[in-house]
Amino acid sequence: MNSFEYAMPKRTADVFRALESSDSIIKAGGIDVLDLIKEGIAHPQRLVNINSIDELKYIEGNQTTGVKIGPGTTLAELASSEVLSGSYRALAQAAGSTATPQIRNSATLGGSLCQRPRCWYFRNKDYHCTRKGGFTCFAVNGENENHAIFENDFGCVMVHPSTTAVALIALGAKLTIASAKSSREILVEDFFVTPRENMHRENILEQGEIITAIHLPPAAKNMVSYYYKQKAKQSFDWPIAEVAVSMQLDGKKCQNPRVALGAAAPVPMRSKEAESALNNQEVTIDIAASVGKEAMKKATPLSQNKYKVHIFQAVIKRTVCWASDIDPFA
Amino acid sequence: MAKEVKLHIGVENDLEEIKVTIPDDSPKPWDGKDKLKFVGGKTPRLDGKEKVTGNAKYTFDMKLSGTLHAKFFRLPCPSAVVTKIDTSAAEKAPGVKGIVLVQETLPLTVRYADQELLAIAAETAHQVDEALKLVKVEYEKRPFVVDLAGAQKSDAPEVFQGKFERDKEVGQIEVDEDNAGQRRGNVRAPQDYTKGGTKEEIEQFIEKSEFSVSATYQTQVQTHSALETHGVVANWEGDHLTVWASTQGTFSVLGELAQVLKIPQTNVRVITDYMGGGFGAKFGAGPFGIAAAKLAKKTGRPVKLMFSRREEHVSGGNRPSSMQTLKIATNKSGKLEALSLVSRGSAGISTGAGTSAPAKGIYECPKIYTQDADVFTNAGPSKAFRAPGHPQGIFALEQSIDDLAYKIGMDPLEFRKINTMNHDVRQKEYQIGAEKFAWHKRNPKVNADKGPIKTGMGMANSVWYYFYGVGYQATIKVNGDGSVELLNGTQDIGTGSRTAMAVVAAEELGLKPHDIVVRIGDTKLGFGPPSGGSQTTAGITPAVRDAAYLAKNKMLEIAATHLNATAQELDIRDGVIFVTSDPTRKLSWKKVASKIPGGTFSVMGERKKDHIDIKGAPAVHFLGRNFYTIGGMQFAEVEVDTETGVIKVKRILAIHDCGRPINRLTLQSQLNGGIIQGVSYALFEQRVIDRNHGLQVNPNLEQYKIAGSMDIPEIETIVLDTNRGNSSTGAQGIGEPATAPVAAAIANAVYHAIGVRIRDLPMTPAKVLEALHS
Ligand SMILES: Cc1cc2nc3c(=O)[nH]c(=O)nc-3n(C[C@H](O)[C@H](O)[C@H](O)COP(=O)(O)OP(=O)(O)OC[C@H]3O[C@@H](n4cnc5c(N)ncnc54)[C@H](O)[C@@H]3O)c2cc1C
Repeated sequence: MNSFEYAMPKRTADVFRALESSDSIIKAGGIDVLDLIKEGIAHPQRLVNINSIDELKYIEGNQTTGVKIGPGTTLAELASSEVLSGSYRALAQAAGSTATPQIRNSATLGGSLCQRPRCWYFRNKDYHCTRKGGFTCFAVNGENENHAIFENDFGCVMVHPSTTAVALIALGAKLTIASAKSSREILVEDFFVTPRENMHRENILEQGEIITAIHLPPAAKNMVSYYYKQKAKQSFDWPIAEVAVSMQLDGKKCQNPRVALGAAAPVPMRSKEAESALNNQEVTIDIAASVGKEAMKKATPLSQNKYKVHIFQAVIKRTVCWASDIDPFA
Repeated sequence: MAKEVKLHIGVENDLEEIKVTIPDDSPKPWDGKDKLKFVGGKTPRLDGKEKVTGNAKYTFDMKLSGTLHAKFFRLPCPSAVVTKIDTSAAEKAPGVKGIVLVQETLPLTVRYADQELLAIAAETAHQVDEALKLVKVEYEKRPFVVDLAGAQKSDAPEVFQGKFERDKEVGQIEVDEDNAGQRRGNVRAPQDYTKGGTKEEIEQFIEKSEFSVSATYQTQVQTHSALETHGVVANWEGDHLTVWASTQGTFSVLGELAQVLKIPQTNVRVITDYMGGGFGAKFGAGPFGIAAAKLAKKTGRPVKLMFSRREEHVSGGNRPSSMQTLKIATNKSGKLEALSLVSRGSAGISTGAGTSAPAKGIYECPKIYTQDADVFTNAGPSKAFRAPGHPQGIFALEQSIDDLAYKIGMDPLEFRKINTMNHDVRQKEYQIGAEKFAWHKRNPKVNADKGPIKTGMGMANSVWYYFYGVGYQATIKVNGDGSVELLNGTQDIGTGSRTAMAVVAAEELGLKPHDIVVRIGDTKLGFGPPSGGSQTTAGITPAVRDAAYLAKNKMLEIAATHLNATAQELDIRDGVIFVTSDPTRKLSWKKVASKIPGGTFSVMGERKKDHIDIKGAPAVHFLGRNFYTIGGMQFAEVEVDTETGVIKVKRILAIHDCGRPINRLTLQSQLNGGIIQGVSYALFEQRVIDRNHGLQVNPNLEQYKIAGSMDIPEIETIVLDTNRGNSSTGAQGIGEPATAPVAAAIANAVYHAIGVRIRDLPMTPAKVLEALHS
């Protein structure tokens, strides 16, 4: 761990100033950032704590108007939010399935989206991997049981760790990204970058930019959603597969489905194959199963993770069923 | 001098009368018919409050003023020859007070990634980290091998070129010396055992048998992952060294420090007041203890050196891997006829990977051939781990037995029954277990459930041995105010020894366990047992009872003069000393204590050899001697999700025997702990080493997965009372047999659920799916 300066701005405007030098990092809940510093992966000269900025902590609006969420909102607050029941429940479920109760009490939505990969090579200071500026992805020919089954042919095969992103993508959420000079809006699904686009970062944030708001669009008519995380353990564990689904459900007829997958690729991804298999269908267990199969058609598993393809098929099937209020085991 | 007493012994209420000769200074062993007040009951831990309030001080918590912090420099390279170590820059770094090399002479061979080269002590932990970055090492990389299969190939890089340098840690289970002449590459000289024929005869017999099974089983490397990592605080006063250690053996640490530092044992004191868990890896002073002691000497300051979690995983010890090929044959009626086991395992750069003990010790089988061989790999040294060799061996043996039972169409429980007829306790345990678990409700067919989630039931036998040491000395001091102190140097590693000792003393003295002040965990307090081999209670409680017996006699003598009676006419109960024939003639314990001449007295009890050899279960050959076996068995119920491969353990029923239970509350905790650790071993735990670079990729508690609260099944435990009259308390061990059969019982239940065997640990979703889809 290196020595660093610690800044504690009280307002968002002051954050931008504190972030001006290129070796500053934001700390929100600190769950990820402190780990990275202690493990010798991140070496900031300045840590800018945004955790005490109250104006970044809120959940506003409702299903009709859409919901605006401050990035400083904790995962525990999301998990128990009234507003996030009904059509938006995938987000509450995702937040509530993340990590452990203690972590959810500190971890924030902004931090959850911007956390760095958990790949065991990336997290080990003795492996200078592509993402850290090296020339080798050690997982490709190494221990890759937890790694990507999509988008894994270019430079880095990690899976993006953000659970909340999976739900936000299924819900069609947007982010406001702001810097001292400007502000822009972007869909969550466009926020993340693949290794092909840029090997050294996971998202489009430029130095000095932060997420200032997360927006859920107004819920469409009869919109339902569901998120599920499949772990090896029952207690806290990283997902083998995670899936979020949203759709308009008229009776059992599905329209405008959005299916997002986590732990599948270096970015939280939408499965267009799953969505087209589901669109305009009367949802049944068999349809749900075929959605799972379609979603996995183009999977390109690595040497040790073929099992993830089977698991994704099952989890997609089940999540589609649960979203549609069908018992997948009936 | 000796006296002869009559005694009722046996299992539960099945008692017989025997005569036993016991020394004069020992009490009559507790009788099978005795109704005891605390022994066999449930006494909450004496130190429970200390622990839950955070007042208990562990080695990690020790803060002596002026303490320096120390850490190791480790080379993240699995095989190398170090030619130069330059610490000149590190020495000048801020706060650095001392540096010691682990090996003074170069070149030095590094045989596993993160092997320690030197330790630095500085004023703060941060300063040590900064100084570590300044150490310069020149080394030549060598080829390496980290996997068990790869290491056995004829062209594999040799982990030890020339002689094997034994890690001299006390508590290593294997004691033979390496025979360099017989080692082939990385495979050490195989250890063969045969019974009822030669290897060839037995293998041919199985080959020709009509009813046989043959399969290969694999088990992973599990790291101990105790909550408190290895480490010490070392402090010199003149030429006397005091070490606070997170250890399972205060006296083995003392012995090793004295030996390595070449100082008399009397100059070393080891203290372990509270201890944050040990499963076999914490017996020696270790390189950390020696480095800390040397740094403390060099700097004239106390030095604290505790492992980080990463160090704990890579070099704190582990359970060796195994690859076992097991063949068994039976006759048509289900009597075992022959068994052959060829086992290879890797203890990294250490030894002790044998797994054959269960194959030799559980079943009555006329022909047995086993062969164990250690295989060296460039990985951290293994250490004894809760029932060394047994979870591995039982995983293979009990699945094979199950396999064979299904093959001949016999109930797997029945099959086990008829092949362990000589074991009186085990026979009772089958009966109770089957009843409690509702084994008869189990569908005899496998893979019988409809739908993707399937349930199954399975069971497995355990085995362990009755170990104890002698010469342990417990002192009881009775003071004029009536207080009672019980002193011994042994440690309580969380198992509840402190409380068990108080229970035994209180029972004998007619007091309450909480009346006894137990001072342990300090080598100044008298020789005591190490906590390994499940022998602490069996080792120390007879000494405690003997001391209490002498203290009681002394108190009765003092009381006698004041009650106008002889000591023989008196007894103690509930803190009152009274005349047996007229209980109204009495004095309180306190009152009598106030009459102690000189205000205090001390007596000492010593652990002697058992009065008699235990009869009952057959003795089994283990580690070169015959031992009475303890064991028990466990039943498991699982749910297997055939679409995701996820196994959930719903229920475990554990039935065990451990002589006379002393404190059923902590005994149950031991069983719970063993089962939880077993579930974790069965499903999750696995050290993953990157095969291309030789470094562990999961040296943390996030990617090295350990069962959490939600993964723990409903646990029911039953402990049989087996009174053997062998020692004054008749206690035996439980820590190890509790964990040995868990993975096998789960694996058998998984087979029952899905009709496919998982022969590879841990049983991950990936392996379950692979088995289902192949
Ligand atoms: C045992 C364990 C299990 C876990 N399991 C899961 C899991 O299942 N799923 C999952 O998704 N996560 C999991 N996590 C990760 C955890 O959820 C994240 O570390 C946490 O959400 C990060 O939030 P934080 O507020 O603490 O972020 P910090 O650690 O403070 O920050 C993380 C990153 O986000 C950046 N950042 C924070 N806020 C903003 C902002 N407003 N704008 C721009 N950048 C910002 C920081 O600069 C930093 O780079 C687990 C963690 C642990 C330790």
